[in-house]
Amino acid sequence: MEVGITLNVDGRRRKLAIDPRTTLLDALRERLGITSPKKGCDHGQCGACTVLLDGRRANSCLALAIAYDGAEIVTAEGLATDGDLHPMQRAFIEHDGFQCGYCTPGQVVSAVGMLQEVEAGWPSHATVDVGAGDVSLGDEEIRERMSGNLCRCGAYANIVPAIRQATDARDPE
Amino acid sequence: MKPFRYERATDMAEAVATLAAEPGGAFLAGGTNLVDLMKVGVVEPDLLVDVRRLASATIEDLPDGALRVGAAVTNSDLAADRRIRSRYPVLSEALLSGASGQLRNVATVGGNLLQRTRCVYFYDTTTPCNKRQPGSGCSAIGGYTRYHAILGASASCIATHPSDMAVGLLALDATVLVLGPNGERSIPLSEFHRLPGDEPQRDTVLAHGELITAVDLPRLPFAERSRYYKVRDRASYAFALVSVAAALDLADGVVQDARIALGGVAHKPWRATLAEASLRGAPATEDSFLRAADEELARAEPLAGNAFKVPLLRNTLTKVLRQLVQGGAR
Repeated sequence: MEVGITLNVDGRRRKLAIDPRTTLLDALRERLGITSPKKGCDHGQCGACTVLLDGRRANSCLALAIAYDGAEIVTAEGLATDGDLHPMQRAFIEHDGFQCGYCTPGQVVSAVGMLQEVEAGWPSHATVDVGAGDVSLGDEEIRERMSGNLCRCGAYANIVPAIRQATDARDPE
Repeated sequence: MKPFRYERATDMAEAVATLAAEPGGAFLAGGTNLVDLMKVGVVEPDLLVDVRRLASATIEDLPDGALRVGAAVTNSDLAADRRIRSRYPVLSEALLSGASGQLRNVATVGGNLLQRTRCVYFYDTTTPCNKRQPGSGCSAIGGYTRYHAILGASASCIATHPSDMAVGLLALDATVLVLGPNGERSIPLSEFHRLPGDEPQRDTVLAHGELITAVDLPRLPFAERSRYYKVRDRASYAFALVSVAAALDLADGVVQDARIALGGVAHKPWRATLAEASLRGAPATEDSFLRAADEELARAEPLAGNAFKVPLLRNTLTKVLRQLVQGGAR
């Protein structure tokens, strides 16, 4: 039995009919043809399917689409504006932050969501004192906060500097 | 995945009534564990009642200085809350040591308490498992036991509870508020999760249809001096081999009171009551800490594959207590 839902994806309102078992990832890829979120493990362990879901990074493979009727979703494709790449996308290119590229859309979206979390003052496991007011984003913090995104090519050595560059570009201090 | 019906109630009472009438149904909140279990066929509900947008997602100050955490508060929001970070740092640290940023953004407090074990045999539907299929046997006993229990296990099940958050909450004397077909009740977290006994299929004392609505954290001023320490096989994003949540009340170098809970060692988050009793009134010294750890671990029943957890836990607990006395960085 199919159920009608609406998803707002990368600024476009999309109506579709789905089986209740359909994950958000499958709805995006198989039904709407939006293939930047990738299916890696399909169990929330690799992060290749990461999207911004109502403003926060999330694993689209573990979300049932039917539970997110009306949600705002941003994929890696939707980060670019008017053909200009998002600073995070440019930073990944400039630092060669990938090899095969399969995990890259998830990495980029996750990094964008992660920076918003830092700006909101959220601590992480790498934060020495969770009671402190300020959170600064050193390499240890970047690695910890990005641990939900795996890269089997092992491009981490370039991903961390890419994220640091995009961070510094936003926050000149 | 087996087909299911999906319903969204208009309020909590309707959600409870809807699920109570469907023995094969389940509540859905963040879904980060449930959807995964449905994909691998470990859980096959006929009906999902979605409570994610129904349950409270706020953290409320109560008049007596306690905090009431709504069941739909995400792990991220709870960990980042300023009140939690200053009054109960052990809870913020426990949350931040679990899962990934993506998962914490979706996973809820209520759902976290109801996580199923990560025992590999529970997940593998081709092997016997008393928790998944009562009476079929336990594949872990005599199998791969690196992640399994050293305390409170039974001949039916040696699985461990996977939550970090629940270990932090247990050290803080949290209470779980529940709405069921027969009304509301509150359950001390120490009585919420079960030991396996001969019914390992039951993780908690909840009856079918009972819904977690909130978790209360009592005022506990000395919890400002509290800490969560997790030992795992990877630096990040891995379940605990062992973990320790602890808070110390110190005066003049003497332990006035202590709260200690352990993770990764039992079918439920384990309150270290023997260690706490040993510490009360004792000088805050290495000798006292080692004695407290040894008194708790005297009841451990390790297996060949996880005997390393006994010295690991002894070292971890004493390290955490030492750090709490020093009050310094980790």
